[in-house]
Amino acid sequence: MHSHENHGSAKTYILGFLFSLILTALPLWLVIQHVMNKALLTVAILLIAVLQLIIQFFFFMHIGEGEKPRYHVMALILGAVMVFTIVAGSIWIMTFNSQVH
Amino acid sequence: MGEKAKGFFVTGDPLIYGADVSIIITLLGILVFLTYFKKWGWLWREWLTTVDHKKIGIMYLVSSLLMLFRGGVDALLMRMQLAMPNTHFLQSQHYNEIFTTHGTIMILFMAMPFMFALFNIVIPLQIGARDVAYPFLNAMSFWLFFFGALLFNLSFVIGGSPDAGWLSYPPLSELAGSPGPGQNFYIWGIQISGIGSLATGINFLVTILKMRAPGMKLMQMPLFTWSVLSSCITIIFAFPVLTVTLALLFVDRFFGAHIFTATGGGNPMMYVNLIWMWGHPEVYIVVLPAFGIYSEIVSTFSKKKIFGYKSMVFSMMIISVLGYFTWVHHFFTMGAGADVNTFFAITTMAIGIPTGVKIFNWLFTMFRGRISMTQPMLWTLAFIPCFLVGGATGVMLAAAPADYQYHNSYFLIAHFHQTLIGGVVFGYLAGLYYWWPKMFGFKLNDRIGKWAFWTWNIGFYVCFMPQYALGFMGMTRRVYTYGWDMGWAPYNMVSTAGAFLMGIGFVFQVWQILYSIKHGERDLTGDPWNGRTLEWSIPSPAPHYNFAHLPEVKSDDAWWDMKNHRYGAAVPNKMKEYAPIHMPKNSGIPFLMSACWFVAGFGLTFEWIGVGIAGLAGVGICLLARSFQRNTDYYIPVDEIKATESSLGRVV
Amino acid sequence: MAQPAISMDAHQEHHHDTFKLLGFWIFLVTDCIIFACLFAVYAVLRTHTDGDLTGRELFEVKGFTAETLILLASSFTSGLASLAMQKGSKKHLLGWLTVTVLLGLSFVGLEITEFAKMASEGAAISTNAFLSSFFTLVGTHGLHVSFGLIWMTGVMVQIGRYGIDAHTKEKVTIVGLYWHFLDVVWIFIFTVVYLLGVM
Ligand code: HEM
Ligand SMILES: [Cu+2]
Repeated sequence: MHSHENHGSAKTYILGFLFSLILTALPLWLVIQHVMNKALLTVAILLIAVLQLIIQFFFFMHIGEGEKPRYHVMALILGAVMVFTIVAGSIWIMTFNSQVH
Repeated sequence: MGEKAKGFFVTGDPLIYGADVSIIITLLGILVFLTYFKKWGWLWREWLTTVDHKKIGIMYLVSSLLMLFRGGVDALLMRMQLAMPNTHFLQSQHYNEIFTTHGTIMILFMAMPFMFALFNIVIPLQIGARDVAYPFLNAMSFWLFFFGALLFNLSFVIGGSPDAGWLSYPPLSELAGSPGPGQNFYIWGIQISGIGSLATGINFLVTILKMRAPGMKLMQMPLFTWSVLSSCITIIFAFPVLTVTLALLFVDRFFGAHIFTATGGGNPMMYVNLIWMWGHPEVYIVVLPAFGIYSEIVSTFSKKKIFGYKSMVFSMMIISVLGYFTWVHHFFTMGAGADVNTFFAITTMAIGIPTGVKIFNWLFTMFRGRISMTQPMLWTLAFIPCFLVGGATGVMLAAAPADYQYHNSYFLIAHFHQTLIGGVVFGYLAGLYYWWPKMFGFKLNDRIGKWAFWTWNIGFYVCFMPQYALGFMGMTRRVYTYGWDMGWAPYNMVSTAGAFLMGIGFVFQVWQILYSIKHGERDLTGDPWNGRTLEWSIPSPAPHYNFAHLPEVKSDDAWWDMKNHRYGAAVPNKMKEYAPIHMPKNSGIPFLMSACWFVAGFGLTFEWIGVGIAGLAGVGICLLARSFQRNTDYYIPVDEIKATESSLGRVV
Repeated sequence: MAQPAISMDAHQEHHHDTFKLLGFWIFLVTDCIIFACLFAVYAVLRTHTDGDLTGRELFEVKGFTAETLILLASSFTSGLASLAMQKGSKKHLLGWLTVTVLLGLSFVGLEITEFAKMASEGAAISTNAFLSSFFTLVGTHGLHVSFGLIWMTGVMVQIGRYGIDAHTKEKVTIVGLYWHFLDVVWIFIFTVVYLLGVM
């Protein structure tokens, strides 16, 4: 009865852990070694962070599983849009202020 | 503590002493009543520990009407002060406190609980469910709201009211600007009830997604249910922002941080940015359910399917998401870049489109319908012109350059009262009249209701139309008095008269309720309006378990379809055997835990750390106690269901 | 008469299970919004040091890397706990949960030490806007972790008492989800606060 609530296998957890380790070490190395200029580096480590988020969502939190329709995935997607709006919107709107300060 | 204790009780104003005395008398009266009639056990078992959505809804309703009274008295005090130039009825400080508490109470402690009352009473019945998804959490939401509102209102007699406006902009609301406990009352009162609102948002979203009657597809849900769904989505994304914003303000005040302060690198405009990220969606949170109510009423009393069901659904969903992208129009004048202002001016105007679509749909539904002029219908009809004017003035404000002219004038005050009263309050009142028989089993008296309706409506226009003019004449909001030379006196006098007419309207409504309890027309059918949706398929008031049999839904307007094609609950004697019904048990934890939050909030308000920690520890203990509970539900036996159904005349 | 009651029961249990999970996911989304606001505040204020020390001078690579790895490892072990639960092994379930809690405790311990050290160097929450936003963001995460530790311990006590049944299973699943989520948030604290800070 509860079979649809699968919680992954040892393999997915171990893979997820390894990927996460790599995606933690990589940006750390990039930053310490100053491999690129600042703007590029910022973009790169942010992208890597998003990648690690996706990895953990799938390998640790198993968002792909569960009953259909997958309302929790829709909620997460909309949530991601809102998170982006809040952070990027605030920065955009507030740039005026920080120039003044 | 010496200094603080001196300011502990608010003193010095005869108005407040009068209020103190009446509060104490009321409390004593309630205590004596409960003890004399041995009602304490009843109160605890039937109300304080209930997890029944219908009872929780009624408690929300009673609280919100009380808060409408308090906010209304605030409004009348302000209007009395402004009726004539150079009045010294209220001092400037007192005036500041009153507009702050009026605004906060009306939005957070009147509109929100009124809305939740209707969610609770209607949604499970309308989707054919026996309860909400998380009944325990639902009770928790109510008590958090209740104790939050209590804490906020306490500031009236203890410690002093907040006075920094209903959104409490820093630096005024920071420690340097408002050193007293008033601002802390504001923070914790809203914070505690806000957690409850967020939980309600999650609760009803899951309820609607997961607990619909067998067969009811999303696109067959009644429009009120859709409106609640869209409102809940907005709650989920907006209320956390409020939580953070208030928490950060408290961190500034309590730990001496510099997030929104004017010194130490802090940025007060960041507060304005964040609070409107909640504040604007909040407007849609409260207005969307009103749209849903109007849709139900228009369709029921025109005896027609709603025109453009799909476009209604889409426009509500669009509003609920787009509403999140317009917040900057509240601070165009802050001076963010031109491109920022342009973007947000466009999104603001865009949101007018789905709203317009809805109004046309209502009109088309009524067109050639057999309209019956019941009380719910009257309030709906009054809403349409009111909202059109409110919308038009809103678009005027949305034009960023023009906003520099109208910003913070009485034009703005008139605009938002037009949408809030004409859109939200009228909507909820319409809903109240519509679902009242379902809640209590009788209709509200028509004659007194018409008096209430007309005094409210005439009063509304008399009160707010002159304020548009005052705005053009340069009167700014939040001024506590003005001179003869301004030429504002006649308009203000008229406006005050209108406010009192609305007050009389409210008194009529109280009378109407009291009168109808004794003399109201009883509803024995469960379907007094010849309704179309499932809540009308069961007796009024609904039995504890709502539906003896879960209805099988085959189309939209499910109950209408059953009545016309003679199936389901429309043919009771052909019903199947009963089965035991699974229900949640009552629990005292929501009440106790919220009371602990109250203690914590009170302690933190006065910065009595010990009390604050004790309260929070109590919250933690309640959480753990709940986590360890196992037998939280039970079954209603078949015999009991049979007995109830036959006593309601449902078993033939 | 007993027959329908039993099948009803199973039906309801099944439903409430998936309800709780969906509700919890939505709660996590709201928690994301909470962190988004804190990140937004941090992003706007991170340069507002009011002439004091910046992140580059305050953050220690060794310290935050250790925190990151410990929390990541604990997220992994909480996953192993739920695997053990799937297999029905109470002993391993409790074992992995204990490891998770211990890792969580050391994370919190490291964080407290870091905060205390900063404060002793004159970098406290009331020093300037940058530090105010830093402490509220990282501190809120720390509070979440601490809360999760108490919660997880409570769940462990319940497993000890009742073994692995439908109730405790659900609880382990949900607290595990919460724990993974906290690590996901930390990825961004690691990146936005610490890595961008020392860059
Ligand atoms: C019943 C009739 C009402 C009257 C006569 C009334 C009157 C007023 C007055 C005189 C002010 C102060 C204007 C100023 O000095 O700036 C005010 C402010 C306000 N009102 Fe009302 N009001 C009424 C109902 C409502 C309702 C139903 C709501 C919300 C649902 C509401 C929300 C507000 C808000 C948010 C403010 C702004 C408070 C501030 O400036 O911080 N009012 N109202
Ligand atoms: Cu707005």
